[in-house]
Amino acid sequence: MATSTKTSQGGALGTAPPAGNRASGDRQGRRNLLHRLDLRGAPYAFVAPFFVVFAAFSFYPLLYTSWISLHRVEMSSLNLMEWVAFDNYTALWHDDRFWNALANTFTIGVISTVPQLLMALGLAHLLNYKLRGSTFFRVAALTPYATSVGAAALVFTMLFERDFGMINWMLGPFGVDNIDWENNKWAAQTAISTIVIWRWTGYNALLYLAAMQAIPQDRYEAAAIDGASRWQQFLKVTVPGIRSTIVFTIVLSTIGATQLFGEPLIFGQGPNGITGGADNQYQTLGLLLYEEGWKNYQMGRAATVAWAMFLLLILVFVVQRVLKRALARSS
Amino acid sequence: MTTDSLPVRTADARTRTASDGTPYGRRRPRLSLRQRAGRQHHAGPVAYVLLGLAALFSLFPLYFTMVAASSDNTRVTQTPPPFLPGPHLLENLGKAWQDAALGKAMVNSLIVAGVIALSTVLFATLAGFAFAKLRFRGRNILLMLVIGTMMIPPQLGVVPLFMMMAELGWGQKLPAVIFPTLVSAVGVFFMRQYLSEALPDELVEAGRVDGAHSLRIFWSIVLPVARPAMAVLFMITFVHAWNDFFWPFIALDMSNPTVPVALTQLSAGYVRDQSLIMAGALLGTLPLLAMFVVFGRQIVGGIMQGAVKG
Repeated sequence: MATSTKTSQGGALGTAPPAGNRASGDRQGRRNLLHRLDLRGAPYAFVAPFFVVFAAFSFYPLLYTSWISLHRVEMSSLNLMEWVAFDNYTALWHDDRFWNALANTFTIGVISTVPQLLMALGLAHLLNYKLRGSTFFRVAALTPYATSVGAAALVFTMLFERDFGMINWMLGPFGVDNIDWENNKWAAQTAISTIVIWRWTGYNALLYLAAMQAIPQDRYEAAAIDGASRWQQFLKVTVPGIRSTIVFTIVLSTIGATQLFGEPLIFGQGPNGITGGADNQYQTLGLLLYEEGWKNYQMGRAATVAWAMFLLLILVFVVQRVLKRALARSS
Repeated sequence: MTTDSLPVRTADARTRTASDGTPYGRRRPRLSLRQRAGRQHHAGPVAYVLLGLAALFSLFPLYFTMVAASSDNTRVTQTPPPFLPGPHLLENLGKAWQDAALGKAMVNSLIVAGVIALSTVLFATLAGFAFAKLRFRGRNILLMLVIGTMMIPPQLGVVPLFMMMAELGWGQKLPAVIFPTLVSAVGVFFMRQYLSEALPDELVEAGRVDGAHSLRIFWSIVLPVARPAMAVLFMITFVHAWNDFFWPFIALDMSNPTVPVALTQLSAGYVRDQSLIMAGALLGTLPLLAMFVVFGRQIVGGIMQGAVKG
């Protein structure tokens, strides 16, 4: 390849292959050049679309968010940006709604993520048995994942209805008076978490199941020889065997929890949706972001909330990282 | 950031060697029928009961949506609530279709989800092929970057994105929701994992020896091998794009919504009739449910396949 390229260069300089071969030599040379360009360039061309889309619609907006957050920008005049330095941040810091939304995001995040992943683990364990109708159980578990957040939130709003909702009706015989699932803070947060749990448990269970099926059989045999019970095998073989998947789902669910938006918005039914209930009892950071930008028309403030969410996410990852390292050292 | 906490690394290790360091290929034959049976105990009655409950928990809300959508408002709001479908299904579906402007929303969602799924499959397969089988400088770093981007929720950029779309003249228009999600990191990684295993190096080499250029190799050698994974990726991306909510809710308005955006109108008090709300919710979910009934097994397989490997 290299030699023939030289030949074609040589041809241009006049050191000359025989005249009859010249044209074909040139063509050959061009083909080789193209071939080299193709070998070198094609991989970059193939991965380029992803990076272009990411840079234009994710990375640049993320950075620009921090810039906007240092300005006063109103919805009616998006290209008028007035520099206010850290005013938006100090305002946010002294805003009770922010701390309320942060606390709500955290509590809803915990009550939705922890039971969800534990249930997913149990469900995956059950699905890992030799089963009749295993396809049915798997597809059934995944069906909520195909339900849009809108439809899910609407049906759960009805199931959690105070006066005629099925859940209050089922709790009745246990002596529980009708719970006001929307206006009572903890009830509302539980109901919203239920929607999240319903939609994502099966999905996480399938991730765990896939990882469980990759655990080598010898480890179970070794554990059985050591006299480990089924439960001990689950704790000592299964759970460590899928640890990286568990970490992965924790990361994904945490990201999802910090971004929670659709469930509380639609559960709130109408005007109270954006504020997260009449007393902001279930307003999340996502809802606060939306309220600042698209109800109060303060884009600068909305960007501040978004950047605060990003910092929160980084903080969560740092904590998770530290915990992981501490756990690794202890075990 | 936390890329090493993804199952990525272990997954790679898993495909090459078993955890005890023996090559995977040598271990594999030992996974005979007897071994498999040993690993997977038969489920007892308790397991079936629990699984039944789980299936009930998963399916009941959808069943109840159907029950409520087929009843009239008085029947839905009575106590005890109805457990069996009523006679008004078609009538309610028709009314909800009009009240929530679901017709336009359906078409919009089909376009949005269809275009996003197609382009994701195309670009993800191209990039996945490059990451799996082509050698180039910076390949590993770029791949780590792809994985790292999964950690950044796109929601955080909505404010500038909104301003950007206004400037581009895409406010309230479908391109505003299509372009930001034309290709996903998850898709790239999914195809990369699939092709590293499914596409033999020799096939690509043979193409090179025959003088085919990379695009040609992609077209005639990679695509046929990648087809099953592409189908699964298409469906999973379609589901995600159809259900995407936050950004479409911001970028579009009620005059030109996708289905999830249109559904918020049902909760916002414009429709008072509970059975109509449920009929709308049912309509909005129906296309995906139909897909699940037909391709559920493949979608489950795809999600699990993507899971072991990342």
